Formats: sequence, structure tokens, C-alpha cells
Amino acid sequence: MVNTPPVESLTPQPVMQPHSEPVGADAPVVHPVKAEVRNLSFYYGSFKAVKNVSLPFYEKAVTALIGPSGCGKTTLLRCFNRMHDLYPGNRYEGEIVLYPSRINIVGPAASPIEMRMRVSMVFQKPNPFPKSIFENVAYGLRLRGVGGRSELEARVEQALRGAALWEEVKDRLRDGAYGLSGGQQQRLCIARALAVEPEIVLFDEPTSALDPIATGKIEELIDDLRQRVTILIVTHNMQQASRVSDYTAFMYLGEMIEYDRTAKIFTNPSKSLTEQYISGRFG
Amino acid sequence: MRPIDHTIRRGQLQDLIFRVLGVSLLLLCLGTLGVLIFNLAHDGLSRLDLKFFSSFASRHADEAGIKAAWVGTALIMLVTALTAIPLGLAAGIYLEEYARKNWFTGLIEINIANLAGVPSIIYGLMALGLLVYKLNFGRSILSGGVTLAFLILPIVIVATREALRSIPQSMREAAYALGATRWQVIRHHLLPYSAGGISTGVIIALGRAIGETAPLITIGALTYIAFLPPAPFSMMDSGHRAGAFSWLMTDFTVLPIQMFNWVSMPGEDFQANAAAAGLVLMLATLGINAVAIGVRYRMRRRIKW
Ligand SMILES: Nc1ncnc2c1ncn2[C@@H]1O[C@H](COP(=O)(O)OP(=O)(O)O)[C@@H](O)[C@H]1O
Ligand SMILES: [Mg+2]
Repeated sequence: MVNTPPVESLTPQPVMQPHSEPVGADAPVVHPVKAEVRNLSFYYGSFKAVKNVSLPFYEKAVTALIGPSGCGKTTLLRCFNRMHDLYPGNRYEGEIVLYPSRINIVGPAASPIEMRMRVSMVFQKPNPFPKSIFENVAYGLRLRGVGGRSELEARVEQALRGAALWEEVKDRLRDGAYGLSGGQQQRLCIARALAVEPEIVLFDEPTSALDPIATGKIEELIDDLRQRVTILIVTHNMQQASRVSDYTAFMYLGEMIEYDRTAKIFTNPSKSLTEQYISGRFG
Repeated sequence: MRPIDHTIRRGQLQDLIFRVLGVSLLLLCLGTLGVLIFNLAHDGLSRLDLKFFSSFASRHADEAGIKAAWVGTALIMLVTALTAIPLGLAAGIYLEEYARKNWFTGLIEINIANLAGVPSIIYGLMALGLLVYKLNFGRSILSGGVTLAFLILPIVIVATREALRSIPQSMREAAYALGATRWQVIRHHLLPYSAGGISTGVIIALGRAIGETAPLITIGALTYIAFLPPAPFSMMDSGHRAGAFSWLMTDFTVLPIQMFNWVSMPGEDFQANAAAAGLVLMLATLGINAVAIGVRYRMRRRIKW
């Protein structure tokens, strides 16, 4: 068994141009880098919840964040859309560089509102607005100034199709979102996140409140979405991570222990801590 | 008998006792209200006709009516609502959604809670000094309306905050995550979702204000008045045209003061007038509360998390 390359070799070099990589016909699929976390730390007041984490996120690929409860997965995810700015006392250190614009998401020059417009989020518990199905999906577009009736309708339909919900709701777009089942509500939230054509979609344990069948549908959906958008998914469920993701990062106590291709992490992890976690010995 | 039967029997007995107690207390409350209304109706119903609403007060009991009083009450309520609702909403929204939680906002919070408990006559004294004399509003509808607005402001603020607080944080996060600004979150989500709770609170507060007497007497509301405030742009006796807001600066009386006035008169006939006025006031209050219940019911049905 040859030694596998260390994590660092997967981390893109800042000098390389992520979008100009030649992809030969027989070359393995190489994803350009969409975002790069560099030495990121995050503090809730004086409590350091994310500790000096560095890892890349590849474009049109699914990256899973796994690790035991409380290890900082949600905290890391919410740095990407500056959700932490909503509460006082929170502080970022380090960088999340978004390509190709090379803007530092957590830097002082980036506007939180703009980052949230470019990076969508799907939450742990389905949280549709108490408005109609149509309005839920249209809301993000309205915030971006899309006003025309026909354009709104077209883009809402497109988003609902993208979230595999269109067939189920096309005859009741004016009905309240809370008449939908839990799984449908979560797909509605996914449609709401997709409608605005984000660069990245963040999923924070999107299926933890759902039954197995609804969970299966969401996983299928994520599998489809990877063609179109960069996905970060936090999950508690190891099977889920291995099913849906291309890359996996294992976190423990706020630190990034191991990052690699998902197949590698789940078959032959380099760190014993990772191996213990995925074999279910703690967590 | 097995011990378990004994335990169950005892539990059932406690259940029964509590049920009987609850129902009797409920009946007592409802009964009191019923007797009150019946009493007023018995004494006053004979006086309650259209003429009673369209006549001014008079020395002759059977000619006296509540025209000035109900118009005064309605206008005062209008001023109170137009003052208290925007101020209370703004203060509630600011405290709940904008203000950082620190010692200063804590102090404001405690003060608002205390203000809700200040006796209403104290508000009257403050209004007398501030509105009537310092700001020169006089003993006008404006002074009266603003006085009552001060009185119910804490209730409106607290109702607004409670209603905002009952909205799950996940709704705010959902909107922020799509790129909404704070004001957009408030305007598009928080206000619509809390409208039911806020309007219920506002309506109940207005129901309290409509019966207030002491602060209005303190600022010098009249007890006898035989004219209506000038309608906007109407021709006045003086030959001048009234301004759009002249009515704000006129003297006034209100239903509870009119009623109090009649109660203190000698003679059966005036007592009947008082009862009739009381009945009107009571029905107005019950009507306001019914609207509040209706609003709350409709909003509850429309919004569930
Ligand atoms: N708002 C907060 N304030 C302070 N500490 C927090 C807050 N949210 C989470 N934490 C702490 O940060 C750590 C990471 O939490 P989190 O990111 O939610 O973990 P995970 O999503 O991996 O379960 C935990 O120790 C948690 O207690
Ligand atoms: Mg979490």
C-alpha cells in the first residue's frame, strides 16, 4: 500500500487559477476550487468553537462535514453566509476565499448581505415562511428585485422542479406552505435556496427531522444538485456522508482532523481518530 | 378492595372536586357580569333610543342625551390610537429587534413594566403640567387623547414585544439567510406574523382607555357641554371656516364623565340616564373585546409554525 498523499496536497495552491485547469478527455474529473478556508478560527465571545481550520471546497462537488455533536460543524457552515453576524460578540479570524472573485467571505470588506445573496442555506429543521408555497420560493427573488409576474412564475417553477417538488405542488402554489409534509417543507426550503441561483448551498443536517423516505428523496436531490452548484453538507449520519459526498472533512472539538476524498475517508482514513469515529466507537 | 383501586378512586375524587370548584368560580364571574348588565339594562334600557344618542346633556333628564359624550369618546379614542400605536410599535420593535441587551435597555425595560402599574390619575397630573400648560394644548381633545395614549403606551409596547418574541428565531434566520436586511425582515415577516398579537394587545389597551375617567377629569374635561367639535373645513358660528384639525383643540367630555355627572345628580330620572350611558359604555367595551378575540382567532388560523 503506497502512502496516500497528505491532506495538504489536496489543498489548492493560492497561485493556481482555479478555473483555468485543463481537463483532458482521459484525465480524472478535476473540480476547480470554489472556496478555500484558510486558518479559520471562530469565537463565540471568548469561546473558540472553530480552531484554525483549513480546507478547500470544490466546485460542483459535495463536501460533507462530519464529526460528533458539538464539534463545530454548524459553526463552520454558518461562517459561509455570515450568519454569526446576527448575534453580538461573535468573531471570525482567518479567511474564506470565494473563487473566482477572490473575496474573503469573513473579511471586513465583504458585506454580509451580499454573501447571503451568493451563498444559500438550508436549515436543520424545515423553516418555510407562513406564506404561500409560491411566495416562499419567490421571496429571495423579490429581495433581489425580480418583479415581473412572468419571470417570477418561471423561476419559481424552475426552482420547484429543481427541488423535485413541482409535480406535488403545481396545483396548489397559492396554498400555505404549512399544509405540506415535513419532507415537502424541506424540499420547499431547498427550492427557496435554489431559486436565487446561489454559488454555494449550505445544508445543515437537512434530514435530521425527517423520516427515512423523505430523507431518501432529499439525498437523491442533493445527488442531482451537485451537477449545478457547490454543496456543503453537515451531517450526523455517516451513511449519508458516504452516499452523497465527494469529499469529507472530519472535525473534532473545533479542529479539522482529516480531509480527503469521501471514498478514502470511509475506507482507509489516515488518522486513527477518524477511523474510530467512522467505525462508531464514539460520537 | 385492592390498594390500586383506592389510589385511582382518590385521584378521581380530586378530579371531581377541582372540576366543581372551577365551574362554580366561572359561573360566579359570569354571573356577576350578567347581573351588572341586567341591572344597567333594567334601569336604563327605557332611555336608550336614537334621541338619547342625538341629544346634548340637559337640565331635564328626559331630554338629556350623550351626543357630546359619545362623539368625545370616539374622537379621544381616535387620537389615542393614532398616538399610541405608532409610538408603541416603534418602541417595541426597537427594544426587541434593534437594541443590544445591556444595562441601559434593561433599565428601560424595568421602567416600562413599572409604568404599566402607575395609577392613571398620575398620568392625568403629568398631562396637566406637560400638555395643558407647558405645551399649551389646553383642556382639549388633543390633550385628552395624548394623555390616554401615555397611559396605554406600556401595554402596547409589551404586547408588541410579546408578539415579536413568539415568532421563532428560525423565521428570522430563514429571511436573513436569503439576504434580507433587518428592516426587510421586520417589514416582510415579523410585522405580518405578529399583527394578530399586536392588534389584540392594542385593542384591549383601547378597551381600557375607553373607560378611563380620572386622568381626563384631572386635565379639566368638561362635564357639561352642548356643542360638537367643528368638522374639518365646516363653517363655524364665528363666521370663520374651521381648519382640518380645529376639532383637536376643542373642549370635550366623554361617556364615563357624563355618566358620573348623572350619577351625582338627584332624582330617579338622571339615574336612568346614567344607567343608559353605562350600558352604552359597557357594550362598547364588550364590542372592542369581541373584535380582539375575532382578530386573534383569525390570525391563529392563518399562521401556524
Ligand atoms: N451561540 C452559541 N454561543 C456559544 N457557544 C455556542 C453557540 N452555538 C454553539 N456553541 C458551542 O460551539 C460548539 C460547536 O457547536 P456547533 O457548531 O453547533 O456543533 P455541531 O454543529 O458540530 O454539533 C459547541 O461546543 C457549542 O456548545
Ligand atoms: Mg449542528
